[in-house]
Amino acid sequence: MAKGVGIEVSLAVAEAAKLANVDAVAAYPITPQTHIVEHLAELVANGELDAAYIPVESEHSAMSACLGASAVGARTFTATAGQGLELMHEVLYVASSMRLPVVMAVANRALSAPLSVWGDHSDVMAVRDTGWIQIFVENGQEAVDNVLCAFRIGEDPRVLLPVMIHLDGFHLSHMIEPIVFPEQSEVDKFIPPFQHPLPLHPDRPVTMGAFAPPIIYSEAKKAQEVNLEASRGIILQCWDEFGKTFKRYYSPVECYHSDDAKVLLLTLGSFSETAMTAIDKMRGEGKSVGVIRLRLWRPFPFAEIRQAVRNTEVLIVLDRAISFGGPGGPVCSEVRSALYGEDKKPKVIGFVGGLGGRDVTPAGFEEIINKGIEISKRGSDREFEIFGVRE
Amino acid sequence: MTKPEGMLTWKDLNIGSIVAEPGNASQYQTGDWRSQRPIFDSRKCIKCGICYIFCPEGCIEQNAEGYFEANLFYCKGCGICARECWAKAITIVPEEE
Repeated sequence: MAKGVGIEVSLAVAEAAKLANVDAVAAYPITPQTHIVEHLAELVANGELDAAYIPVESEHSAMSACLGASAVGARTFTATAGQGLELMHEVLYVASSMRLPVVMAVANRALSAPLSVWGDHSDVMAVRDTGWIQIFVENGQEAVDNVLCAFRIGEDPRVLLPVMIHLDGFHLSHMIEPIVFPEQSEVDKFIPPFQHPLPLHPDRPVTMGAFAPPIIYSEAKKAQEVNLEASRGIILQCWDEFGKTFKRYYSPVECYHSDDAKVLLLTLGSFSETAMTAIDKMRGEGKSVGVIRLRLWRPFPFAEIRQAVRNTEVLIVLDRAISFGGPGGPVCSEVRSALYGEDKKPKVIGFVGGLGGRDVTPAGFEEIINKGIEISKRGSDREFEIFGVRE
Repeated sequence: MTKPEGMLTWKDLNIGSIVAEPGNASQYQTGDWRSQRPIFDSRKCIKCGICYIFCPEGCIEQNAEGYFEANLFYCKGCGICARECWAKAITIVPEEE
């Protein structure tokens, strides 16, 4: 019987990678992710995890080493955050384009300058289009569960794509939470061995990441897009199977009091739990409010978003990143785009908040909702507002 | 490759566009990058092979009589052979339209 233990979420993520029995880890420490790879280094050094731990001189090298490991068929894990994720940027595209199912935990962090080690989603949004499957988690248990799911999804022969698990830096990565770890035997059954169909092997030489002239590049990109789209079904199957096995259920868009709500708040990551506290209070006061939490960021859950907001009048989106000079937060902009063609759609009001580790409290969420309702009534001359900024 | 590159659809590609046929780069006609070509004059050629050594494309071969000439399927027309030739046996001429 699986038992709950109190553990820092970062260490729990490392334990999840151990439960998945990873073969290779190549990583470079960066706050607020450091504890994840530090703990993995300990597990390997202590002989508790039989894996190659490759210390490297940068995140660019970390991801490059992960590609090499994955290309020979090794189950590969790494973790990073903020500037580290950006330093990996060009190699992230190579991982997805070469169909190498590396799993990476990202302890979401703000980007410099000014230097901030604290959490927001600037790092995630900058790697939005890298072709990785991207999943947001709200608490430590979800982080552990989805790291396990990430290996099963990514390594599925129908998918073969890298997967990022996004957990908020500090707000989640550094919390000590009660976590239930599944039994090793159950995890072994849940994640079948990784078998790359065309691995690097001297007996059967292949070229990965070859040069593609204009005559073939479009075909390569179409194949990649079709493949990422097709992963939706397998992600759902995996979460379904996970639920049946471990009794914890996940879906691309998680709904809380959303069915009959006239006003909905859309959040992602650990802030969603705080938002639900605000919703409880407002529901107690008889207000028709609810929250939807975006779990699956890529591939984007168009159908689920449309379904979740079909009865609502106002949809308030809280982004934790700015698209400078653009249409507001990246999530809000994508949600607006997803709803544009619908006959019946809510007014979409955008807020940006929680930047660089700034808290949004339950009272703050209440204020965002009330302000959003007010803006929806009078209209606004701006695409979005930065919540809580001192004017 | 079972089909030429220009005939492949996205469905024909291996996962991750992996090339599983070793050495198939030889099917790639780099000669169509060329805007000028080397002309080899066998009356001046001393069969020293310096052009063969310097050719960055590796496309210069000896013919049956032992004279050197470029395989125009691969030759990119860089002109290094003409520059290096001791005997000035190679001239570079523009490709005609």
